[in-house]
Amino acid sequence: MSTTTTTPAPPAGAPAAEEKKGLGSRFNMNTLLVEGRALIALVIIIAIFAIMSDNYLTAGNLTTITKQVAFNAIVALGMLLVILNGGIDLSVGSIVGFTAAVAGNLFRGVHVPGTDVTMFPSLWVIIVISIAVGMLVGWVNGLLIARLNLAPFIVTLGMLYVARGLTEVLLNGQNITNELRGQEGLNNTGFFEIFASRPLGLPLAAWVMIILAIIFSIVLNRTPFGRWLYATGSNERAAQLSGVPVRSVKTQIYVLSGLCAGIVGILQMANISSATADLGTFYELNAIAAVVIGGAALSGGRGTVRGTIIGAFVIGFLANGLVIVGVSPFWQKVITGAVIILAVAVDQIQQIVQRRRSAAKAVASARAAAASRAASNEPGSNS
Amino acid sequence: MTEGAAVLDQHDVAPDDGAVVLQAVDIAKTYGVTRALKGVNFEVRRGKVTVLFGENGAGKSTLMKILSGVEKPTAGQLILDGEPINLESTNDAVERGISIIHQELNLASNLSVRDNIFIGREIRTRTGAIDYGKEREITEQLMTRLEEDIPPNTLVQDLRVGQQQVVEIARALAADARILIMDEPTSALSATEVEVLFKVIRELTSHGVAIVYISHHLEEALEIADYAVVFRDGELVATEEAANVDLGWVVRQMVGREADYDFRDEPRDFGDVALSIQGVTVAEPDTGRVVVNDVSLDVREGEIVCLYGLMGAGRTELMEALAGRDPISGGRVLLGDQDMADLNIQDRIAIGMGLVPEDRQRDGLVQMMTVGKNMSLASLLQTVKNLFIARKVERENVDRQIKDVRVKTAGQDALITSLSGGNQQKVVIGKILLTNPKVILLDEPTRGIDVGAKGEIFALLFREARKGLAVLYVTSEVGEAITASHRLIVMSKGRLIREFDPRTATRDDIMAASGEHDTHYDEGAAEPGHAAEEPELAAGAAKEPTAETAKAPAEQAAEEAAKGAPQ
Repeated sequence: MSTTTTTPAPPAGAPAAEEKKGLGSRFNMNTLLVEGRALIALVIIIAIFAIMSDNYLTAGNLTTITKQVAFNAIVALGMLLVILNGGIDLSVGSIVGFTAAVAGNLFRGVHVPGTDVTMFPSLWVIIVISIAVGMLVGWVNGLLIARLNLAPFIVTLGMLYVARGLTEVLLNGQNITNELRGQEGLNNTGFFEIFASRPLGLPLAAWVMIILAIIFSIVLNRTPFGRWLYATGSNERAAQLSGVPVRSVKTQIYVLSGLCAGIVGILQMANISSATADLGTFYELNAIAAVVIGGAALSGGRGTVRGTIIGAFVIGFLANGLVIVGVSPFWQKVITGAVIILAVAVDQIQQIVQRRRSAAKAVASARAAAASRAASNEPGSNS
Repeated sequence: MTEGAAVLDQHDVAPDDGAVVLQAVDIAKTYGVTRALKGVNFEVRRGKVTVLFGENGAGKSTLMKILSGVEKPTAGQLILDGEPINLESTNDAVERGISIIHQELNLASNLSVRDNIFIGREIRTRTGAIDYGKEREITEQLMTRLEEDIPPNTLVQDLRVGQQQVVEIARALAADARILIMDEPTSALSATEVEVLFKVIRELTSHGVAIVYISHHLEEALEIADYAVVFRDGELVATEEAANVDLGWVVRQMVGREADYDFRDEPRDFGDVALSIQGVTVAEPDTGRVVVNDVSLDVREGEIVCLYGLMGAGRTELMEALAGRDPISGGRVLLGDQDMADLNIQDRIAIGMGLVPEDRQRDGLVQMMTVGKNMSLASLLQTVKNLFIARKVERENVDRQIKDVRVKTAGQDALITSLSGGNQQKVVIGKILLTNPKVILLDEPTRGIDVGAKGEIFALLFREARKGLAVLYVTSEVGEAITASHRLIVMSKGRLIREFDPRTATRDDIMAASGEHDTHYDEGAAEPGHAAEEPELAAGAAKEPTAETAKAPAEQAAEEAAKGAPQ
C-alpha cells in the first residue's frame, strides 16, 4: 500500500530536507521515527504474542485479525482525512450501523406508500444506495461544519446520536438477518456469497482496505485536493488566501468519511450476517486511535495513509493477542488505552527534544558569532 | 503577595532620582537565522519615562519581550537593581516588579475589574478562600489613585478601551510593578483618553515607577518622554534626554542612512487602469464600525502605488476586502472591466489578483509544508493533468520561481520554517506571482525583515511592474513609501487623506498628513455617493501631480471646494 508516498509533512520544528524516495536526498531520521515507531510497536506486539501463544501466528488467526483490522482501517482512512483537516468525526460508528440498517430494510423491501406495491431493489442497488446514505450523513456533517462554522466535535457528536437513533427506528427492536439472503426471483440474492469470498486467499474486506488505501494515498499525494487538505489542516487562513477552496474541501472530507463508514457498514453486516442496532458502536474511537498511533497530529496537517494502516494493525494485533493469551477483557481495555496514550506521548516527547536541540543549536551559533565578533574587536555593527 | 497599603505608598522614598533600576547589557536575540537584536545596551531609570522609537522590525518589541520575561535573550545579561537576573517567565518578571501592558489588552472581559486585577494573584483568607473584601478595598484605592471612578464589580466588557487600559495599569500596580512597559498604549485611545493616560503616567513616575513606552505616534510619545531611545535594524542607535531632541532628530535617527534602495527614478509608462476601487466602504462584521470609508483609487498597469498609514488606519481591512476575504459594504472594485462583487478569493486569484498578507505566519505560510509546496499552493490547478498534479511541471515551476524571486534555501524540499523572514516573504510573493496576476496587493510586505531583503523585494516588484504588473502595497515605514513607489497616498482613519509624488514629497509632509489629530488635509467632506462618481483620488493637494493623476481643472476645482466643507 501507498508505495508512492512522499511523506507530506514531518512534524513542525523538524529540520529541513523532506525525503524524496531514492534520488540521494537526505535521510530523514525524524520521519522514520514517527512512522517507524508504529511499525516497531507492531513488530514487538507480534513477537510477544507469538512467543506467548502458539495459536497467534496461525493462518486462521491471521485471517481473522486481518478482517477485523480491515473494518477499523477503512473507517480510519476516512477519519484520517478529517483529522488531517484538523477536524474530528465522531459519527462514523453510528453511520456504520445506520448504513447496515438501511441495507437490511432494502432487503426486506420498500413499501411504496399509498399502493400495495413493495419494491425489492437488486443486490447492487441496495449496496450503492446504502453507502450513498452513509455519504449523505457525512455531507450533512460537512455542510454544518463548513458552512455554519460549527465545531466538528459537536456536530458529529450530535450526529452520533441522530444516526444511531435512526438505526434503532429503522430496526424497531429487531435484527434483520434472514432477509439478507434475498429471495430467488427478486435479483437480490448472493450477498453473503460475495462478501464471504476470498480472492487470492484474502478476505474481501482486506482487499477493500488495500484498494481504498491505494486510492487515498494517491489522492493525498498526487491531487490538488490532497495538497489542499494538508494546507488547510496546517494553516486554514493561509490556504484560504492562496485560493484554496477551504469550505468545499472541508465538506468533501466528511462525505468521504461517511463513504468509508458506509462501506464498513455493508462489510460488517455481511460479516456478522445481520443488521443490528449496535453495529459499529465505538468504531469512531478505534479509528481515531489508529490515526493517532499512525503519527497523525490531531491539530491537523500531519498524517499519512501508511501510518494509519499500521496504526490499525497495531490495535488489531494487540486486541487479538490479548484475547488469545487470555488477558481478562477488563485488562484488555486498560492495556489498549495505555498503548494509545503512550503513542501520543512518545510523539510529543520527540518533538520537544527536537525543539530543544534546534534551540540549543541557535544559541550556540549566536554565542559563537558574538565571540568571534568580540575576538576580532569589531564594533558589532554593520552600519 | 502584596498588601494593599504597601501598594500605595512604598515608592515614596526618593521617587524620581533617575537612578538606573534595570539594565540590559549586550542583549542579543536570534530567531533562526534572523538577528532581531544585535547586542543592545539599554537602561531604565526610576521615575522616568523612557520612550523607544524605531520602525517595524527595528527590535523594540523583541527587547520588550525579553525585559518582560516572554522571551529569553540569546546572549547578554539583564541587571535589576545591580543584581544580574534571568527571567524565567512573565510571572517571574512580575514577581520582580516588571510588568508589561501589551497593545492587545490582556483582560478577561467576562470578569469584573476586581477579578481581573487579582487574576492569578488572588488574596486569600486564612481558610484559603478568596478575600473579596480586601480585593475590593485595594481595587477602590487603586482606582482612586488612577482617577478612574470604576466600581470594582463592573465587568471589563462594559468598559471603554481607555478604561480597560487603566485596569491593566491597576493590575500592574497591584502586583507591585516598579517598571511598567507599555506597548503602543494609545493606539486605540481617543485624544481625551490619551490625556488621561499621560496624567496617570506622570502620577506613576512621581511615585518612582519607571515607564518604558513604545509608540508609533512620534509627537505624542515625545510629549511624555524623559529619555528618547532609538532602535534601528536590531541595534540601539541613539539615547538622548528628551528635552534635547525634537521630532526631526527622532525621524533622522530612526531612518538613519537612507535605505540602499531608491526607485524614484523608475520609468513611469503606465498602461490602462488595472484595478479600480470606487467608493469602497468596509464595516467590521462584528461591530458594524466603518473601518474603510469611501475609498476611491485607480492603479494602472505597471504602476506601484503605496498606501502609507499607521496601524488602525483601515489599510489591512481595505486590502483584505479587495482580496475577497471580507465583504465590502459599499462601492465597487473592478479588475480591468470586470466587477469583482460576487467573486471569492479563489476566483479573484484566477482572474489575476492576489494578496500578500500582513501577518506572514498567520496568513501567509503553511508551516508544515515545504518551500516548494508553499510556493505552488496558489497555482496548483495550473499544473494539473488528468486529475493529477504533474509533479515534474510543479517542481520545475517552483525551481524557476525560487531562482526568479531569489529565495535562499537548501532547495524546494526544505521546510518553510527553516527560512529567514525575508526569504519566507519572497516565497509568499513568489506564490502569488506564480498565478500570473495582473494586480498584486501587498500588506506591509517588508515587516520584520532586514534591510537587504527589503531592497530585493522592492527590486522584484519594480521588475514585475516594468512587465505590466499593477502593484498596490501598504506600509507604515515612511522611508520605503518614498523610495519605493510611483505614487504615495496617505491613509488615516479609514480614508485616503492626501496623495504625494514620492519624487517631491518630504517625510514631514507625509507624517503630518497621517497624524492622528491633523485633519487639515482631510477630504472627509465627500458625501455618500459622491465618491462613486469620482473614481480618481484627488491629486490637487500633491505638490506636483504626475501625468497619470492630473485631472481636468474643473474636476480639481470641484474637489477644492469640497475640501472646505466640514467633516
